[in-house]
Amino acid sequence: MTILVIAEHDNKVLAPATLNTVAAAAKIGGDIHVLVAGQNVGAVAEAAAKIAGVSKVLAADNAAYAHQLPENVAPLVAELGASYSHILAAATSNGKNILPRVAAQLDVDQISEIVSVESADTFKRPIYAGNAIATVQSTAAVKVITVRATGFDPVAAEGGSAAVEAVAAVHNAGTSSFVGEELAKSDRPELTAAKIVVSGGRGMQNGDNFKHLYALADKLGAAVGASRAAVDAGFVPNDMQVGQTGKIVAPQLYIAVGISGAIQHLAGMKDSKVIVAINKDEEAPIFQVADYGLVADLFEAVPEFEKLV
Amino acid sequence: MKVLVAVKRVVDYNVKVRVKADNSGVDLANVKMSMNPFCEIAVEEAVRLKEKGVVTEIVVVSVGPSTAQEQLRTALALGADRAVLVESAEELTSLAVAKLLKAVVDKEQPQLVILGKQAIDSDNNQTGQMLAALTGYGQGTFASKVEVSGDSVAVTREIDGGAQTVSLKLPAIVTTDLRLNEPRYASLPNIMKAKKKPLEVLTPDALGVSTASTNKTVKVQAPAARSAGIKVKSVAELVEKLKNEAKVI
Repeated sequence: MTILVIAEHDNKVLAPATLNTVAAAAKIGGDIHVLVAGQNVGAVAEAAAKIAGVSKVLAADNAAYAHQLPENVAPLVAELGASYSHILAAATSNGKNILPRVAAQLDVDQISEIVSVESADTFKRPIYAGNAIATVQSTAAVKVITVRATGFDPVAAEGGSAAVEAVAAVHNAGTSSFVGEELAKSDRPELTAAKIVVSGGRGMQNGDNFKHLYALADKLGAAVGASRAAVDAGFVPNDMQVGQTGKIVAPQLYIAVGISGAIQHLAGMKDSKVIVAINKDEEAPIFQVADYGLVADLFEAVPEFEKLV
Repeated sequence: MKVLVAVKRVVDYNVKVRVKADNSGVDLANVKMSMNPFCEIAVEEAVRLKEKGVVTEIVVVSVGPSTAQEQLRTALALGADRAVLVESAEELTSLAVAKLLKAVVDKEQPQLVILGKQAIDSDNNQTGQMLAALTGYGQGTFASKVEVSGDSVAVTREIDGGAQTVSLKLPAIVTTDLRLNEPRYASLPNIMKAKKKPLEVLTPDALGVSTASTNKTVKVQAPAARSAGIKVKSVAELVEKLKNEAKVI
């Protein structure tokens, strides 16, 4: 068995989610190869070669792959991956974009967002916003899988010494082109990688009031998230959304502020180690999953919290 | 131009589902069913494109049981012109659905296909991308903005950390994200009118598509329950507990 892991990167830096994906591959067992597709990806390929447990790195360096356009990257992955037993990618917006296209090209069903490996062909994944866990078995010759990072502790980024092999294959479908990108600039840690996350919901009342959460987050070295209600209401951008349809987080400490605790939100954070809820409605469902609940007006509690830490 | 919108009948957004005692699945008996929320956004986007004069005809399609006709009627009431149901009583995988949609695309020849990014039952997030692979079209997934101009469409996509815009040659596939639009409600006169709009029923056999699957659901279990903790009386007590008991700050 040899497993192909698709590296997550921005042509400069290997994203940490790759390490969780390699961890899932290690649980399946067998040789692990990593594909780095992009443009000028020398440094990323070198970083991938150092990941513990990786035996080979394939580097496909071409302008056609620069922006991870699925029309170009998926045929490459399908061509290279056809001879592997498994193809794994992180369940990031990029992995979710590319991998189903690969699965359809290989004429196999995909298994999305696995949270555990039961055996080489059987995996667990949440369905219905995490209200049920399905155990799914695949009979596909090539098993195509996305991996939820919070389900697997990352492997060490150092310690390996894999060979890097250049891949010459170029796929340029010509059906799509990259126009531009607007990335949020933030000095705070990335939401899915942060040890502490402070999230706000509809109770924040408006976007301006999120400044209280930013102040607290900066004291704690935390990332700031939001519920779908807060995103729908236009308080904050969608890339801050935690939940079934947003990001899945599992930090050491999750602080839910003014969040009622809809099942769609719980789906994105209930694997956090410690959950704190601050809400003035003592009946809010968030208290049913919180380790520490504080029934209070958030506009008094959050500034006080910030002063005390 | 013609647009095809795919919709799925799923358990209603507000229902908290329960796992069946025999672990064969979730209990959907007597549970409220609705159109998948992301599919509502897809229908709304098509209707807006028609109102702008970009789209001339909206065909809505669903793959599912005969009861999915309810969701197709809803889409017709919202502004779709006609409907197609590919009837299948069994639960199909995303790949099987994508193959059936490909057959409908071959028949209808739309310039744009709009789907929800994921269904809130299986949470797969696969069908649109798979349909794009099978048709060979470009894909704009997780769309927050769709602008058609000439023979291409610019799609702004929600990505980790921000937004990305791609330009796709038509025909193309778009999957919707939350912020693309806010779906309208159907008015009573439009609900009445929708009853008279054409609804064609097809079968996978008639489309010549095999729905065989390489995935098998072995069992479905309830997630590990998280027990409620304690209520603290003050912020000071909370901070003290986090520092000394949980040791996380």
